[in-house]
Amino acid sequence: MLSPEPSPALRWRDVEISFGAAHCAVRGVNLAVAADEFLCVVGPTGCGKSTLLNAAAGLLAPSAGQVEAFGAPLTGLNRRAGYLFQADALLPWRTALDNVAAGLQFRGLPLTEARGAARDWLARVGLAAAATRYPHQLSGGMKKRVALAQTLVLDPDLLLMDEPFSALDIQTRSLMENELLGLWASRPRAVVFITHDLEEAIALGDRVVVMSAGPASRPVGEFAIDLPRPRDVAEIRLSPRFVELHHQIWQLLRGEVQKSQTALQASPA
Amino acid sequence: MKLLLARLALLSGLLLAWQVLSARGLISSFFFGEPLKVAAVLVEWFGSGMIFRHLGVTLLETALAFVSGTLLGVGSGLALGLSPRLAALLDPFIKAVNAMPRVVLAPIFATWFGLGIASKVALGVTLVFFVVFFNVYQGVKDVNPLLIANARMLGASPRQLIRHVYWPSATSWVFSSLHTAVGMAFVGAVVGEYLGSAQGVGYLILQAEGSFDINSVFAGIAILTVCALALDALVSQAERRLLTWRPGPARDAS
Repeated sequence: MLSPEPSPALRWRDVEISFGAAHCAVRGVNLAVAADEFLCVVGPTGCGKSTLLNAAAGLLAPSAGQVEAFGAPLTGLNRRAGYLFQADALLPWRTALDNVAAGLQFRGLPLTEARGAARDWLARVGLAAAATRYPHQLSGGMKKRVALAQTLVLDPDLLLMDEPFSALDIQTRSLMENELLGLWASRPRAVVFITHDLEEAIALGDRVVVMSAGPASRPVGEFAIDLPRPRDVAEIRLSPRFVELHHQIWQLLRGEVQKSQTALQASPA
Repeated sequence: MKLLLARLALLSGLLLAWQVLSARGLISSFFFGEPLKVAAVLVEWFGSGMIFRHLGVTLLETALAFVSGTLLGVGSGLALGLSPRLAALLDPFIKAVNAMPRVVLAPIFATWFGLGIASKVALGVTLVFFVVFFNVYQGVKDVNPLLIANARMLGASPRQLIRHVYWPSATSWVFSSLHTAVGMAFVGAVVGEYLGSAQGVGYLILQAEGSFDINSVFAGIAILTVCALALDALVSQAERRLLTWRPGPARDAS
């Protein structure tokens, strides 16, 4: 099959992931992310969104089908991907600065150089003053900024984000979302952003994919978000087009959320 | 400060009661000794300097047992923690050796290594090793998988994972075990001396017991207690230095 377009940053091809014989998390997933596309994936809780992301990172091998990174089948870790986890994954024994420097250090850069680059990135996320603090001395929002700098300092071509802002309060969250959009605009790259918050998905993404309720979850709908950029996530929620898109996607998502609720109630476990 | 005073008051109250009871003959000073006479023994031991040779031997045995037991424990803990297959193979053997009351090994070590320092160190090592080993093993197995996933995504090689994730994560476990381990090393040294030796504080206590000199026994016990507390304080100091990253009530908001 000839394709005139350049190969996507990431493609899930007929991906199925099962845990043991009994539990199939996702099945028949076909999705691609273009090299500078911001893709948001929404779905009810427990629909295997994180599983899909772990497969894209190479942390998890699909039971069937395959993941392709920049046109090549993925074996082992996805070296061109950065991963922002949902929970705090900073190394607690390293200061903010050394956490950001970690990736460069792992790549063999001398510590002074790694710290130099890390200092720049800490400043870019507004934490220059917190360089010597340990993670337990940082607030939730600050930890997220450090984690963002830790990932972006390596300049990955693909950014995987698993509900990164879900634990933050509303105000901090809007700030972080705007900051993320700013960083992305200054250096466009492929982003897969997982969330259960539809408003967040629409405000951030170029495209929103809706996953069906689990088990054996798969994409059931796809919506292009034609809102103009640059966007302010707090303001854009009030625009008529946003409301319209939200209404449209919610029609589909609501059904899946209801299914997952009934499934939860039906199973005593 | 108030608490410290209250503690001192409690200690002096107990000593005073002990002194009065045994001096008045309400409890037998033959079996229970007398604080003032214990103090006299201590003054004599330190005054003549004879204690230093014995104390030096005991502390040397303790230090050697502590260091070698800890190194062995850390090494084995890391190896087994990182290799589930090895751990599965060795699991029942480790449990068996740990369940064995190791103090009974002392006579065996005495026949193997003689009555000198080596047999005491060997006994101490068997006590220290397991305390440290189990903690390191647990520490390595309990590393947050998210930290490992994150470090791997940031490009850490298996060796870098050990050095930058597994090891620092296990250190807080190691330190909590070192408090027990330093006490264990001490127990190994003293019990070893007690069961057969020609020098050391344990030997002094044994000698004193042999001649029904209860005050010297208490003097020996007092010296051992103070030394054990001092060693524990040293470990705490090292812990505070090395684990600055840990959230603690004392050091926040820096």
